[in-house]
Amino acid sequence: MALADKDRIFTNVYGYQPWNLKAAQARGDWDNTKAILEKGRDGIVEEIKASGLRGRGGAGFPTGLKWSFMPKEPSPAKPGFLLINADESEPGSCKDREIIRHDPHKLIEGALVAGFACGARAAYIYIRGEYIREAEVLFAAVEEAYDAGLIGKNACGSGYDFDVFVHRGAGAYICGEETAMIESLEGKKGQPRLKPPFPAGAGLYGCPSTVNNVESIAVSPTIMRRGAAWFSGFGRENNHGTKLFQISGHVEKPCVVEEEMGIPFRELIEKHCGGIRGGWDNLLAVIPGGSSVPLVPAAQIMDAPMDFDGLKELQSGLGTAAVIVMDKSTDIVRAISRLSYFYKHESCGQCTPCREGTGWMWRVMERLRTGDAAVEEIDMLQQVTKQVEGHTICALGDAAAWPIQGLIRHFRPELERRIADNVMEAAE
Amino acid sequence: MANRHLTPDTPELRARWGQFVFTPAWDAKAKAAIARYPEGRQRSAVMALLDYAQRQVGEETSTQGWLPIPVMEYVADYLDMPIIRVLEVATFYFMYNLVPVGKFHVQVCGTTPCMLRGSDDIMDACKARGMEKGHTTNDGLWTLTEVECMGNCATAPMVQINDDNYEDLTAERLDHVLDELAAGRQPKTGTQEPGRHTSEPLGGPTTLKEMVTENHDYRGEW
Repeated sequence: MALADKDRIFTNVYGYQPWNLKAAQARGDWDNTKAILEKGRDGIVEEIKASGLRGRGGAGFPTGLKWSFMPKEPSPAKPGFLLINADESEPGSCKDREIIRHDPHKLIEGALVAGFACGARAAYIYIRGEYIREAEVLFAAVEEAYDAGLIGKNACGSGYDFDVFVHRGAGAYICGEETAMIESLEGKKGQPRLKPPFPAGAGLYGCPSTVNNVESIAVSPTIMRRGAAWFSGFGRENNHGTKLFQISGHVEKPCVVEEEMGIPFRELIEKHCGGIRGGWDNLLAVIPGGSSVPLVPAAQIMDAPMDFDGLKELQSGLGTAAVIVMDKSTDIVRAISRLSYFYKHESCGQCTPCREGTGWMWRVMERLRTGDAAVEEIDMLQQVTKQVEGHTICALGDAAAWPIQGLIRHFRPELERRIADNVMEAAE
Repeated sequence: MANRHLTPDTPELRARWGQFVFTPAWDAKAKAAIARYPEGRQRSAVMALLDYAQRQVGEETSTQGWLPIPVMEYVADYLDMPIIRVLEVATFYFMYNLVPVGKFHVQVCGTTPCMLRGSDDIMDACKARGMEKGHTTNDGLWTLTEVECMGNCATAPMVQINDDNYEDLTAERLDHVLDELAAGRQPKTGTQEPGRHTSEPLGGPTTLKEMVTENHDYRGEW
């Protein structure tokens, strides 16, 4: 069953039409938002819970449940904050950018709905620094919403006061980690905090805070309008809804497209991307959820459902649904080594296993790329990834370890072949 | 975040930048940035103010700007925070330039999604024009940096030059963009692929086709 256009949430995802308030309203945004707020905090949280929406930033935590962690009676001394993660920096991910530059009012309306449901007094949208033109659009859209009385004092005539602020980052992947983002919002280096306390207890300025991805927030008004049953009607049990997929790499036509969760990989590629470059026999491997998840070899991914649980079964993950496709021309070791370099570059330097480990792993990966290594070093590298994984404050250490583990799991013969070739060359 | 070093604090640097103050326009933006945070939390605006300071330095030097130590001291005073906290922020975030850069800052994305689509050719095309990674050309025009994923993966490979992205590049398309910039003209930004609008599949969208020609309201079909 194919997802119909009428069930797509981000109708202006390609930006053929203007992003401005008037055009957005004509598409259905900000349509009687007051009525949504009148359902009350619990009403909204329950509806989102029932919709089965899981966080679109990578971890897939149930969004409604996250909102319910916020204090029921916010104290005036410690107001709540909604923090929207627009620090999209995961290699392969390019969906939040399209939402922000082409459909920003979905995000701003979502901020009000989600912020109200969380009992927050304001939202900060943390947009990555490199999204310069995108931030210009977002600032302008927020101003439009203020001028129209949709946010600010008595937002949408609901009697609820709610501010939306935009905060620009300045080039640090780690600020996509929720507590690093909070540090950064406070004007510090983006180094993650130990949890607990969790942000819902003590987040920004020590106040209760909820951190959500752009897509999770931007879909919430449509879910409220069309009902939980509509949203949960898509996808498999525990993996409901529609999702923006971002397909890059060796397909004929890379693109961003909204599809039903759980769409089989082959269908996604055939329908929207014009197939694999050189045909399906030419497919080598796929990184299905952004750089942090392990790669999946061609044979396993071809007919796999693209959702949280389907990809978990393949020892990978949906992540942000950033699908990086690699055909047989790919130097697979280099492709993963380049990701190792990325993590080395982006490690915040706080925890020793990550700070030292990411650099070490990258250097070994570079030697494996040329085969300038001993076979035992593959095992040593595997062991080191296990020592980095789970031994750091945040998940960046895990994210650096997983792509390498995936490579060793599926392409060990290739690594050994390079070492053998290198030895033979040296002998000649 | 390693390998980032401050430009030494010298008498010449002080002589050039010791009197730095925001122009009225940047000052107004700085005050607006501070107003976005609760009272007493003005320090949250440090990232915005460093960006503004860098941009003003850029205006004064006809480059993309950078952050000399006296300028960072000015920002620290402005926000009533210790200079070391400002230095920590400036050195941590990659977009703050700690050394002078050229008139055009060519930032080539080299992360895997761009690499798969040919970012090596893009880097080579830059080098063929005399650019060198981490350096500014002698004429002061071009600074070349390899950056990490810029979030344009469905329109890769890409470069960001100053505030604009140029996507779906080939070596020839990049040469054209750079020629235009060098000649003082503004080339088309975004995708350089003829016939492509943004991140839809090449040849036209496979979904939401009504939106191409009209601001379609799908609610009637719900």
